[in-house]
Amino acid sequence: MKSGKTGITVNLVSRSKLEELTSGEKVEYILNEVKKGKILVLESGLTPTEQSALIQQTMKKIDHDTFIGIEMEGYPEEKLGFLQRLLGIPRKPRLTVIGPAHLLKTIKKDDAVIETVIVPGKGVT
Amino acid sequence: MGWFSGFSSLARFLQRVFGKKHARIGIYGPPNVGKTTLANRIAMDLTGEIIGTVSDIPHETRRAKLKSNLKIENGNSSLMIDIVDTPGIATKVDYKEFVKEYGLDREEAKRRAKEATEGVIEAIRWLDDIDGVVLVMDSTQDPFTQVNVTILGNLEARNLPVLIAANKIDIEESSPATLKSAFPQHPVVPISALTGHNMDTLYSKMVEHFGSKRRKKKRG
Repeated sequence: MKSGKTGITVNLVSRSKLEELTSGEKVEYILNEVKKGKILVLESGLTPTEQSALIQQTMKKIDHDTFIGIEMEGYPEEKLGFLQRLLGIPRKPRLTVIGPAHLLKTIKKDDAVIETVIVPGKGVT
Repeated sequence: MGWFSGFSSLARFLQRVFGKKHARIGIYGPPNVGKTTLANRIAMDLTGEIIGTVSDIPHETRRAKLKSNLKIENGNSSLMIDIVDTPGIATKVDYKEFVKEYGLDREEAKRRAKEATEGVIEAIRWLDDIDGVVLVMDSTQDPFTQVNVTILGNLEARNLPVLIAANKIDIEESSPATLKSAFPQHPVVPISALTGHNMDTLYSKMVEHFGSKRRKKKRG
């Protein structure tokens, strides 16, 4: 979604795109896009280790006048069954939405729905 | 159960879980859930001294604070523990909130915000150097925050023993049952770090949950 100069871009990022990236590249990609004011919906989310790396990198990038951090909501990794664990199939993270904290606000999150609102024109410039 | 028996339970828990006589426990959680209040409660009980100051303003603890060598007497044996009170983990820090909601002047608010961002990084780094975690959550708030989920996911990935302290049960709106249903895979103990209510149960539940098996910690 993009509507002119003041519009907000929402990118839906496929699992295959994310799987092309290393963890470090994924964090860098997400943060670069979010710092531009874009909102990302990731088909497959981040592992807990990647999430904490993203938080650490976000903290380093906060400048208080133009970027105050991120809003991130997603679902934990899928639980694996006994057979999957036995076969060593890795756990896959699930759908995640990430955006700049001054634009994206989470309203409600439950087991099935993450409800967010985009607040254009709020906060930083 | 008196406070002395509570210490005995804690000593047994630590010896069983960590299999050694010196363990480092990290107190983690989002900002303003009562981490320092809990750290102070434990430290006061064991040493008569507090670890850090508390405040209604978020991010009061902006550097990790380590209280080393707290001696727990347990019958004929004793146990030393280190408590690490960590800064609150957040995905955003907005200095304007400190100005608008808490009346800080702009420069002070900016300084606090900058220190808070450094504190978040430090708190995450400390995960490499601890043996177990008490994860503090505010039982008056929605537990399904991304920060809670992220912290728990990291602890599980590292195979670190974790116990959730459902804090602030002295407040009428608290709902520790919501926390229990949100995270059924982990032991949840309702407490009030402020009043000390149910602290003995916290120690006992630690023993019950972790048993005698020491978990091997993963790094990274």
